[in-house]
Amino acid sequence: MINRTLRNTLFVAAGLLAAGGALAAGADLGNTTKQATNWVAIAMFAIFVAITLGITKWAAARTKSAADFYTAGGGITGFQNGLAIAGDYMSAASFLGISGLVFANGFDGLIFSIGWLVGWPVITFLMAERLRNLGKFTFADVAAYRFAQVPMRSFAATGSLVVVAFYMIAQMVGAGQLIKVLFGLEYTVAVILVGVLMMCYVLFGGMTATTWVQIIKAIMLLTGATFMALAVLFQFGFNPEALFAKAVEVHSKHQAIMAPGGLIKDPVSAISVGMALMFGTAGLPHILMRFFTVPSAKEARKSVGWATTWIGYFYILTFIIGFGAIVMLTQDPAAYYVPKMVDGVQAVGADGKPLWDGLRGGGNMAAIHLANAVGGNVFLGFISAVAFATILAVVAGLTLSGASAVSHDLYATVFKHGNADSSSELRVSKITTVCLGIIAVFLGIAFEKENVAYMVMLAFAIACSANFPVLFMSVLWKDCTTKGAVAGGVVGLVASVGLTILSASVWEAVLKNPKGSAWFPYSSPALFSMTAAFLVIYLVSKMDNSAQAKLERSLYPAQKVRSETGVGAATASGH
Amino acid sequence: MANEDIVARIEANPKYHELVRKRSSYSIIMSILMIIAYYGYILLIAFNKEWLGTPLAPGMVTTIGIPLGVGVIVFTIAITNVYVRKANSDFDDMSAEVIKEANQK
Repeated sequence: MINRTLRNTLFVAAGLLAAGGALAAGADLGNTTKQATNWVAIAMFAIFVAITLGITKWAAARTKSAADFYTAGGGITGFQNGLAIAGDYMSAASFLGISGLVFANGFDGLIFSIGWLVGWPVITFLMAERLRNLGKFTFADVAAYRFAQVPMRSFAATGSLVVVAFYMIAQMVGAGQLIKVLFGLEYTVAVILVGVLMMCYVLFGGMTATTWVQIIKAIMLLTGATFMALAVLFQFGFNPEALFAKAVEVHSKHQAIMAPGGLIKDPVSAISVGMALMFGTAGLPHILMRFFTVPSAKEARKSVGWATTWIGYFYILTFIIGFGAIVMLTQDPAAYYVPKMVDGVQAVGADGKPLWDGLRGGGNMAAIHLANAVGGNVFLGFISAVAFATILAVVAGLTLSGASAVSHDLYATVFKHGNADSSSELRVSKITTVCLGIIAVFLGIAFEKENVAYMVMLAFAIACSANFPVLFMSVLWKDCTTKGAVAGGVVGLVASVGLTILSASVWEAVLKNPKGSAWFPYSSPALFSMTAAFLVIYLVSKMDNSAQAKLERSLYPAQKVRSETGVGAATASGH
Repeated sequence: MANEDIVARIEANPKYHELVRKRSSYSIIMSILMIIAYYGYILLIAFNKEWLGTPLAPGMVTTIGIPLGVGVIVFTIAITNVYVRKANSDFDDMSAEVIKEANQK
């Protein structure tokens, strides 16, 4: 009874006033079959869509120039941008994937969470204010600041689009699979729905709508995850030791879930994966783009401070949620597990208890089932809607950064040599948005049955090996030249993609070569491909004695003054 | 007043170079601390899983690795916000002064 009261109190406190009244009824509905159409979840999601489309309509009226489209006119505050960055970064994969990993292996999930977080201080200390001071719409503005525009922009746009493509495929396939289980919708319908909604947000509302979708999603996700973690901790008197003790007792791996397991195989892989996550974050185009939406370097720093805080807090919650799922889902296995069937009947263990065969809907469903266990069907619906909203927010951000790479870097600078007017640039962005939306849906459907697990890690590897070194060296090293930056960036790009294809995750898992035949033995190419990129940038720049190189070096002091003080930086456009 | 003049005056101001030097060394130190914390933890996992899996106290199930891991997350949040605060107050004051002096002359 007390538990129920707390549940309700937290529910209301969580801001779910509308759903609060329905909770009593919802909690008793108990265990609906996940595969059936989940109307509560669909209703919750419909409310989210209605609100975000309303915001898109409002944003559309304010999106007139290219600056509005790319950066919301530069008028987002640091706090808002921090939430939006968190909303852009906390993907469904990190919410469901990490809690699922904790549910399966315990400790190892924590290692993952830490890895996904440590890129943020790097952005804060080295990139955030310099990006804001030097850039306008895309990270290519920063990388190409004093260099030959055509080669630098072509490279940066390629780097952006490749990262966006791999990240996007992983999100679209994840969306289709997830929604199939959560809402009982067809895979194809789910993928098309995601594609159409994301196109609406970006096409009509540009960065303003995308930002608010991300902010709302971040608030929903943080609220939902906080409620779940509190509900779990409440059961154990807010004593983590009691939670862990119960988890160790009921988990099939027992005390092993409290120690590092097989996630980190060898030190080289550990360092390499760590580098991809730590420096890759600072090379993700959709994240870098968010720094141009704030009016000043001060606000850019505030955004990254808030973003780090929210993301770190969220990862601590996923750890608690994973352990909560271990404990609470085993209390009612019939509701959440698939029976282990032998000859048409459920198998029974040596102790006479029935045996179970993994979670319904797969290992990533731990957090979703826990939502049902702590908050009933209404909360399950809420969390399902959050998961869907999460995917939408991430793909909208990706689409926007892909569209801006095409329109601002390729069209306006490479093809029109900087002579494109704002309205034609805006038109190209919108055409590109539609094209990217169609391509994303097509790829999502094409890759339905493929193994896409490696794609997010590949996106990070490319970001840290191609985009990050170029950005870093062009901003911080005075002797860097166009030739060096482009050569190093291309080497990083080719090496990271090539070594990933030769590693077990693609060579064996995707290309179906025999186990153990992969040429590249480590989990991530970052250690080698990023080092190679830096080395090539250094050597080629050093050997570059052309007149162009001398000019580029002579422009460095002025670039440095602007990057350090913000003098001459693009200002927020007034409304 | 042309922008190039302001840039040239800032370049000539020793306070600007002091700002760049101070802020750079501050952010490099912070980056090194972060790298030590993260890679230290990762290498500990790679080389000494047993120690991390040792219970905090006899009879407990919570292991040393758990508070250490959560500690790395908290440290990451803390160090980021410390830098943001320092940069948004002290360094921005210095920066504003440099810009003001460049505009006055």
